[in-house]
Amino acid sequence: MFKGIMGLLAGAMALAQPVHGQSPEPVVIRAAVLRVDDPGLPPISRLELPPDDLGFAGAQLATDDNDTTGRFMGQDFQTVTVAATPDTAADSMRDLLDQDIRFIVVMADDDVTLALADQVGDRAMVINAMARGDNLRGADCRMNTIHVAPSRAMLADALTQFLMWKNWPRWMLIHGSHPQDQAMAEAYRRSAAKFGADIVEEREFEDTGGARRTDSGHVQVQAQMPVFTQRAEDHDIVITADEADVFAVYLPYLTWDPRPVAGSAGLVSRSWHPAMEAWGATQFQNRFEALANRRMREADYQAWLSLRIIGEAATRTNSGDPDTLRDFILSPEFDVAGFKGQALTVRDWDHQVRQPILLTTGDLTTSVSPQEQYLHQTSQLDTLGVDRAETECRLGDPS
Amino acid sequence: MKHLLATAALICAAQPALANRVFVTNERSNDITVLDGESFEVIGTYPAGNRPRGITISPDGTELYVCASDDDLVRVFDPQTMEELHTLPSGPDPELFVLHPSGNPLFIANEDDNIVTVVDTKTHQMLAEIPVGVEPEGMGVSPDGSVVINTSETTNMAHFIDTETYKITANVLVDSRPRFAQYTADGSKLYVTSEIGGTVSVIDPSTQQITKKITFDINGVLPEAIQPVGARVTSDGSKLFVALGPANRVAVIDAATDEVTDYLLVGQRVWQLAFSPDEKYLYTTNGNSNDVSIIDVAANEVVRSVPVGQQPWGVVVAPD
Repeated sequence: MFKGIMGLLAGAMALAQPVHGQSPEPVVIRAAVLRVDDPGLPPISRLELPPDDLGFAGAQLATDDNDTTGRFMGQDFQTVTVAATPDTAADSMRDLLDQDIRFIVVMADDDVTLALADQVGDRAMVINAMARGDNLRGADCRMNTIHVAPSRAMLADALTQFLMWKNWPRWMLIHGSHPQDQAMAEAYRRSAAKFGADIVEEREFEDTGGARRTDSGHVQVQAQMPVFTQRAEDHDIVITADEADVFAVYLPYLTWDPRPVAGSAGLVSRSWHPAMEAWGATQFQNRFEALANRRMREADYQAWLSLRIIGEAATRTNSGDPDTLRDFILSPEFDVAGFKGQALTVRDWDHQVRQPILLTTGDLTTSVSPQEQYLHQTSQLDTLGVDRAETECRLGDPS
Repeated sequence: MKHLLATAALICAAQPALANRVFVTNERSNDITVLDGESFEVIGTYPAGNRPRGITISPDGTELYVCASDDDLVRVFDPQTMEELHTLPSGPDPELFVLHPSGNPLFIANEDDNIVTVVDTKTHQMLAEIPVGVEPEGMGVSPDGSVVINTSETTNMAHFIDTETYKITANVLVDSRPRFAQYTADGSKLYVTSEIGGTVSVIDPSTQQITKKITFDINGVLPEAIQPVGARVTSDGSKLFVALGPANRVAVIDAATDEVTDYLLVGQRVWQLAFSPDEKYLYTTNGNSNDVSIIDVAANEVVRSVPVGQQPWGVVVAPD
C-alpha cells in the first residue's frame, strides 16, 4: 500500500518537470529586473527599512507563478535580477541589453527611469515598476515603456475621491522641499480642482537636515510639529506630500488642530498593503510570505505584476516571441488579474496600467478607490489619473 | 438479530429529520448554520474550525465534510448531531473539494500549494498529490466519476484529471480567475466560471474545446462588478444558475441554448449555490450581507432570505 502511494506521488511529481508532452524543449522567455537604489538617508521609521530583496522577492514569486503555468504551456521563464546605483545603472542596463533580454522591469526614480528608457530605445520593452512621475505618462512618455506603478495623479485622485465621499473637502496641504514632494503637491492641487476639494492653506516643510532618529529626536519633533501647523485656516484634514520622508510620519497626533493626516502618512494611497485580504489576496500574501519570510511591499507587488503581465501574454498567445508578447500587451485584448477584484488593462494613450488604489492605514485597508459614486463612460478606473482627453502624451506621433 | 439491526438502521435512515437540511459554512464566524429546508428556520449554529469554506456531504448523508482552511485539514461531522467525527488530511489551505460520486475519494484544492490532494474518506489516508496550476480552486467531477476538473485561478486553466491514474490529461485555458467547474448531469457539457473575466466557458468534455462563452450584462451594474463564482445546473439540464458575486445577482441561463434569460437580485457578494434534493429551491450564500437567499427554481423568484453567520461561503443540502 505504502509503495503504491509512493508510486502515485512519484508519478505526480514527474509532471512537475519542465519538460511536458506538449513541447519537448520548452520555449524560454527571459526578463530582467533592474533595481536602482537611492543612496539617500534611511527612512524615518525603522519599520520601513528596505530589505535587500525588495522587489526581487516579488519578481521571484511571479517567475514561480509563470513557470507553474509554463509547465502546461511548454514555457520556461527566466528572470535576472540586478541591483545598481544611479551611477552604475546605465552600465547594468547595457549588460542586460547585450544579453538580448527583451523585457526589463525598471525600479528607479523618475529621472533614472526616463534615462534608462531612452538608453533602451527599441531594443527592449521597459516596464516601470517604481517611478510615479506624471511627466513619464505625459510629455515625457515613451513608446517602449509601460507603467505598472501607479502615477502620482492616480494616487492623489484615489485619496481625493475618498475624502469627497467623507465630506472632508477643506485641506491644509503641507509639502516637502524636494522635487518629488513638489511633484506630489502638484498632483494634489490638480486632483483638488478635478473633484472640487479646496486647499485652504498650503505650507512647505523645508528639509534643513537635522537630528531625526537620534535619541532626542522625538523631543524636537514633539515641540516642532504643533508649532509648524498652528494658525492655519479652518481645515478638515492635513494632506502631506513628503515622498522624501522628512516630516509627514511625525504629524499624526502632533498637529496644532485635532485633524486627521493623509497623503504620505496617516491614510496613504498604495498599490498594495500586506493586510489586504479581499479578492483572493490572502492566498497571495501567504504564498509571498512563505517565499520571502517577510510581508509584501508595494515594490514587490509592482515587480510581481510586471512579470505576471509578461507571463499572462505568453499564456494567452502561446508564444515566447518578444514582439508577439509586446504587441499583445499593448492590444485592447490584453488583461491580467492582480488580486484587485477586476481585470487590469493598459491605457492606450500613455501605457499606464489601470488599477484600483488601496487607501491604507498602518494596519488595514480602509477603502479602495475608485469610489463607487465616480462613474466613467469607458472604465471607472479612468476616474483615477490622467484621462485620454487630458493627456500630454503623444505616443502615436512620429517623432 | 443482525437482520433486525439492519432494519432498524434503515428505519432510522429513512426518518425525515436529516432530509432537506441545509448546511452553510460561515468563513468569518468559524461555524456552520443549519437550516430546516421545509420551514427555512435556523435549527442551530455549530463550531466548524478555522475559516470554514468548501462544504459537501456523502451520498448516503452520513458524513458532512468541511474545508477548515486555516486549520489545514478537512473536518468531518455527523450531519444529524453536528458532532465532529474525525478529520482528514488535506494539504495546506484547503478551499474547495469534490467528492467522487461513489462517496470516495475526496479531491481537494490546496490554494497555497498548487496541488490537488486526493484523500480516501474510509481509511483517512492521503492517496496522491497532483501538481496543478497556480492557486487551484474550483473542483468538479464528471457524472461517471472518471474525470475530476480543477480550475487554477492565476494559471487560468481547467485541468482535466483522470481519477484512475491521477494524471492530468488536458488543460483548457479559460478567462481570468476560474472559480468553479460544474458538469451537466448527462456529462455532455462542462461549465467553468471566470470571476475576473466575467464569463462562463462552456466546454465540450469529449474534445476539451470551449464551444461558447456566456457573458453577462445587467442594467445599472458596472461590468467590473459582474464576477461569476458558484454555478449549478438542474439535473434535467434545462437551467443553469450562476452566482455573480458583487453584482448581487444570480443569473438564470437556459442550459439548452446557454443564453441568459433572467437575473435574480439576492444578497450581497453572492458566492456559492446548492439545490434542495427535489431541485425545487436553490440556496445562495451572500458573503457581505451575512444571509442566505432562497430561490424558487420553477418560478425564477427569490422567496426568502435568512440571516446566518458571518461571511457565509459554502452551502450543501442533505440528500433525501
